[in-house]
Amino acid sequence: MKNTFKDLSGRRRLLQGMGRVGVLAAAGAPLGWLAGCATAGGGSRAQVVVVGGGFGGATVAKYIRLFSNQGISVTLVEPNKAFISCPISNLVLSGTSTMADITTPYNGLTGRHGVRMVHDTVVSIDAAKREVRLAGGSSLSYDKLVLSPGIDMMWKNIEGLQAANASGQILHAWKAGAETVALRAQLEAMPNGGTYAITIPEGPYRCPPGPYERASVVAAYFKRAKPRSKVLILDANPDVTSKGALFKKAWAELYPGMLEYRGQHKAVAVDARTKTVKFEVNEDVRADVLNVLPYMRAGDLAVNAGLANANARWCHVNFLNFESTAAKNVHVIGDSIQVAPGMPKSGHMANSQAKVTAAAIVAELKGWEINPQPMLANVCMSFVDDAQVVHVASVHEYVPAQKTFLAVAGSGGVSNARSELEGTYARSWAKNIWSDALL
Amino acid sequence: MNAVKSLGAEASLAWRFSLGMLLALAATAASAASDAQQLRTRALAATCAQCHGTDGVAVQGEAMTRLAGMPKDFMLTQLLAFRTGQRSATVMHQITRGYSQEQLQEVAQYFSTRK
Repeated sequence: MKNTFKDLSGRRRLLQGMGRVGVLAAAGAPLGWLAGCATAGGGSRAQVVVVGGGFGGATVAKYIRLFSNQGISVTLVEPNKAFISCPISNLVLSGTSTMADITTPYNGLTGRHGVRMVHDTVVSIDAAKREVRLAGGSSLSYDKLVLSPGIDMMWKNIEGLQAANASGQILHAWKAGAETVALRAQLEAMPNGGTYAITIPEGPYRCPPGPYERASVVAAYFKRAKPRSKVLILDANPDVTSKGALFKKAWAELYPGMLEYRGQHKAVAVDARTKTVKFEVNEDVRADVLNVLPYMRAGDLAVNAGLANANARWCHVNFLNFESTAAKNVHVIGDSIQVAPGMPKSGHMANSQAKVTAAAIVAELKGWEINPQPMLANVCMSFVDDAQVVHVASVHEYVPAQKTFLAVAGSGGVSNARSELEGTYARSWAKNIWSDALL
Repeated sequence: MNAVKSLGAEASLAWRFSLGMLLALAATAASAASDAQQLRTRALAATCAQCHGTDGVAVQGEAMTRLAGMPKDFMLTQLLAFRTGQRSATVMHQITRGYSQEQLQEVAQYFSTRK
């Protein structure tokens, strides 16, 4: 009895001497939680705030929960009640998919993964206090902040466009949602024999092959429903920027006399009343449905927070963990970043970046070394008609010597030929990536 | 004398206990290293998930193959066959050429343990 007492008292003193770290380590708590886990607001768990519920934001929220075995609290700030996918949205324009098909609710993230959802908008970031302020008036503290604000528009590059867009006359529909529905309505209302024209800005812009896919599937719709109509592609770039040979072959074979491609057409102004677009050097073009894609930059939140430090347009990040080079503990992923060579602004890529970021944040908060050689993959699938698809794929590795991601030599490539098999894969890809990001 | 004895016993106990603590700490450190490696493997395998589902659980009824629970050797054989072109593919030959054989082994091992 005496011995037992002595034993215990000796042990107690020893524990006191070793301090709290030893006690908790012996109790099985991971060391990293103690070493690297300063928490905001006095809470016991690390707090991550994610802003933007698109491909990047939804994925990073879910994967921080998964990778931490639900040990890190994640709050996702997103004003919309459901996710609407840009990929497949061109098929809503052509009438072979519906808005319901491309919409996924956020309740998988909240119910299954324990992500806290806040339907609000971040108005400012205080990186020193590690706090974001919401439009609703409240604030959220964070240990790590991840911004996935997508793109916003550089309206001034094309005179008259902002007003024409606000009035609903000239749409971009480059953020899937209300404009997708409105552009579909314009296409449906267009008479047989009318002209649909899409203008494309100089790169970089969101989804390099997207405009060519859109032109293709609108042509497929015209072929079905109003075969005397025309599709005009007016591209500021000198040539098709993605899957050029495959698109051109499809256009020549599927839409001869219907679809016309014109490179080096840099739109500089629009007139909504006459539905006319003016170019830097070429003659004006009038169309019945004018679909003008604005010049794009990092999302407003990133720009307003001073994170767009690449030509005041995109956000430089450390590619090991996608931390902004302008603010500590603030990570930026998705279309807003200044990309590495050969890295497209795509939903698939944003999802890939989100996973590298999630793993890095979990490692960092646990006090582990960040993976020095993360990997990214990308597959972009484009419909060239109602059923056939072409793809471009790439795999990217972090190259420490150059501190960037580079495509792995010998990997990646494009389709041999368009096919319905890839069409099946494309629809399947969409369902799987929506599930991977949100369910 | 008693006091010395008592101190000696306590010191011995303390020593034994601190040794135990060190071992516990070492075990925790080893476990942390293993957890850190597991995280990297999960992140590597997650580069397959956009098409094949989170943790290889593809959406049911869709064209992409479910990887969760696939026998490791079978999966590795398929991945290497894609890589050499022995097995024809639309995309997978281009994807598998982006990973080393060790990385392909790592993901094959990982998915074989998923349910």
